[in-house]
Amino acid sequence: MSHHVTRRTAMALGGAALVAGVAGITPAHASEIDERISEFTGGAEAQSGRISIDAPEIAENGNTVPIGITVDSPMTDDDFVEAVIVLAAGNPRPGVATFHFSPASGEAAAKTRMRLAKTQDIVAVARMSDGSFYRENRTVKVTIGGCGG
Amino acid sequence: MAKSKPRVKVPKKAAKGDLITIKTLISHKMESGQRKDKEGNPIPRSIINKFTCDFNGQVVFACDIEPAISANPFFEFSVRVEESGTFKFTWVDDDGSVYEKTADIAVQ
Repeated sequence: MSHHVTRRTAMALGGAALVAGVAGITPAHASEIDERISEFTGGAEAQSGRISIDAPEIAENGNTVPIGITVDSPMTDDDFVEAVIVLAAGNPRPGVATFHFSPASGEAAAKTRMRLAKTQDIVAVARMSDGSFYRENRTVKVTIGGCGG
Repeated sequence: MAKSKPRVKVPKKAAKGDLITIKTLISHKMESGQRKDKEGNPIPRSIINKFTCDFNGQVVFACDIEPAISANPFFEFSVRVEESGTFKFTWVDDDGSVYEKTADIAVQ
């Protein structure tokens, strides 16, 4: 068998490299998101509900997408939301921010502005003072270029 | 980089037990570390990575910030106020700089 690089093998190699290259820069793999979530929950199961994610259905400019997180909680000294982690599944890195609340917050609500590389799911996980976890997802469509749409 | 300028919006007075809304903004380019310059070299990450709001020395709200937060990071959150006092806001930069701002509130 010849060790010369034929046109065909060169094409195959190029193709494989292209695939690898694309995989290298694209979105956070599902596994990285899961890693971040289990790091946050310590492996505990997150229930659904109690969180509402306020974000536009369609974001025209992915550079600054408003997002609001509200968690239903009485926010008393013995029953409050400790922290909420916000992750973006389709960004090169999934992390967005982690909010830390206290009973003095009065309500577990915060707003910020984030970057989204493309249309994707936003995931929020909340840690309650009793050690339970809640999780919510929300899809945001991103119009690249921000020329309206 | 250019000096970051923090701005905060806190009500000057409130009734005891009121839920007040605080808005904060700080000028910062929030370089994500994902971009490349014209020669294709990666531009190093340079962001504000931590924001904290204290009231009378007690942390009431904080946020760990990652590169997906937009330039000129903005935060809006609430605080239930039971007494007069001073809010202290702190932003920590990747380069070690710390930006601070305070605001007083009178609670009746």
